[in-house]
Amino acid sequence: MFERIREKLEILADAAKYDVSCSSSGSNRKNTNKGLGDSEGSGICHSYTEDGRCVSLLKILLTNHCIYDCAFCVSRKSNDIKRAAFTVEEVVELTMNFYRRNYIEGLFLSSGIFKNADYTMERLVRIVKKLRIEERFNGYIHLKTIPGASEELLKEAGLYADRMSINLEMPTESGLKLLAPEKSHEDVKKPLDFIQKNIVQLKDEKSLIKSAPKFVPAGQSTQMVIGATPETDKEIMHTASNFYKDFSLKRVYYSGYIPISTDTRLPIIGSQPPLIRENRLYQTDWLMRFYGFDVQEILNDAHPNLDADIDPKLSWALRNLDQFPVDVNTADYKMILRVPGIGVGSAKKIVQARKFGRLHQNQLKKIGIAFKKARHFIRYADSPLQLRDFDASHLKGVILSESTSKYLKTPQNQLSLF
Amino acid sequence: MELYVFDGTLEGLLTAVFDCYQRKSGAVKIVSQENFHPDVFQESFTVVSADEKANRVWAGLRKKLDKDWMLRFYKSFLSENQETFHDLLEFSRYILDNPAGAGENFGNKHVLAISQMAQKVHREKHRMEAFIRFQQTADGIFYAHIEPDFNVLPLISDHFKNRYADQKWIIYDLKRKYGLYFDLEKVEEVVFDFTTEMSPALNALPETLLDPKEELYSLLWKDYFRSTNIPARKNMKLHIRHIPKRYWKYLSEKQA
Repeated sequence: MFERIREKLEILADAAKYDVSCSSSGSNRKNTNKGLGDSEGSGICHSYTEDGRCVSLLKILLTNHCIYDCAFCVSRKSNDIKRAAFTVEEVVELTMNFYRRNYIEGLFLSSGIFKNADYTMERLVRIVKKLRIEERFNGYIHLKTIPGASEELLKEAGLYADRMSINLEMPTESGLKLLAPEKSHEDVKKPLDFIQKNIVQLKDEKSLIKSAPKFVPAGQSTQMVIGATPETDKEIMHTASNFYKDFSLKRVYYSGYIPISTDTRLPIIGSQPPLIRENRLYQTDWLMRFYGFDVQEILNDAHPNLDADIDPKLSWALRNLDQFPVDVNTADYKMILRVPGIGVGSAKKIVQARKFGRLHQNQLKKIGIAFKKARHFIRYADSPLQLRDFDASHLKGVILSESTSKYLKTPQNQLSLF
Repeated sequence: MELYVFDGTLEGLLTAVFDCYQRKSGAVKIVSQENFHPDVFQESFTVVSADEKANRVWAGLRKKLDKDWMLRFYKSFLSENQETFHDLLEFSRYILDNPAGAGENFGNKHVLAISQMAQKVHREKHRMEAFIRFQQTADGIFYAHIEPDFNVLPLISDHFKNRYADQKWIIYDLKRKYGLYFDLEKVEEVVFDFTTEMSPALNALPETLLDPKEELYSLLWKDYFRSTNIPARKNMKLHIRHIPKRYWKYLSEKQA
């Protein structure tokens, strides 16, 4: 009896793992009904796989049967793989028992499309409804929106899920059309927009009536696959920026394409996933969301791709040396935030601490800024007299030679032999 | 330099702050009783914990510090670290001697040290919320033991109480030899004498004590942990940075 459920879990977890969304934060579902679970406040990563990714949710597909044949997807119709499907009860049991043992923060449920969109969505909704109502489960639920499902079903799903998401898959319409002719970005925008409008509407109601129900309290997210099609970083990040703005997304995920297909439209099996590029895109995403950068400042026609050897903030600073040095004892918080080597936490500490006296080198080091990198861009109480005779490429060389970056200094796109 | 010896409790530490003022002490070094090694050449003053003195210092600090800072104070105390005890004493004197708002002076080494230690303790608290793995026993209690770097049980109690409101659970700190037991109503501190079959040397409970379903779910969890990994992205350095090896002992998914 063990064997069948073990096999199903193996197949359906394996098929779901290419969706990189793992967040379990941002909800406000308190355990008020003496049930199981509480999803208030920050998320928790309960474990990490050997690839270094966080395990926060039980991430599974309801089934990997699918009527579509998207070239980039491991569950595509034409792929010769084992297929399986969970029953509603099995998903509920797994979720409850994993949660009780503190293995997970909740459930991430996606599915291949079987029969049609509504049929699939209806099954997904049945599971989350059972968890919330019969099992009194207050853990986190991330539910995939199935494009093309009816608005009634989406509205019902939103009452039980904490987060919903639909993947853009490819950063541009043309890229998507190349690999998944049956899909389009429009199919994604429509439900994103519908759910967003409902979130806003229910928030308004909630400010009037306390008992108005929760609706997707942790918001929506999406994912793009990177490196399967030949988009520039500029195209990728401009798409992301637009989606953040148009649909108030909580997150955009970037997933480096892992070759899983012999399709000639795609990178060949065995080629290295673009991990450095993926990391640089996330750094850019952070700069947009937490550091007050506009995407245009980082990626534009003159500079359509991110550097592999240095991070995008340093790269921006080197292109804008006229804005430096920044005096940490007088500059705006916004400008301190733009200094390479100073993060949000340190920038806040700096503006608080300087009220008590001018800050010196040893204090800045203790506060925790990356001094080696930052020192080229700042002035402080005891900074040495410095003639500004450096140029960008020289400075880059100095910083790179001193850095202990986790990445090699020359990009390497080769499979290691060992 | 005067040497203060206190009993290692929060009341003791706060009493010491009070005594500094009462005795008009100048430079002071504080050490807890268990780390005190009497020295013929150095005189020492033994702090006698007194609730009333401690409460007055606590109230004084509360006037000057916001809620977040009070929590930081408590968290860094739970580090059980000798240097931090000293930082807490000096921090308290600094705060009490200055107008409200001095807690923002991260240029002061004690302010910074406390805020950084509080962060470390907070991280350990968060790790325990993540890495605790319950096993369901035959009598329906969910049991886990841990050996955290700091004394974080008082900090995680509410988290587990809110989350697992419909199941009985026990979290036991093997290092500090006490645990928390939730009986569906309230959380209580408990101390065990371990029987041989429940030896703390084992990283999990033996099968004989467990619910018959326990084996299945721990097996499924291990399977899941394996299946959700992407071998093409293998990055053990990152893996170990997120889960340092000292935590592996009690993580069921890391057992062979």
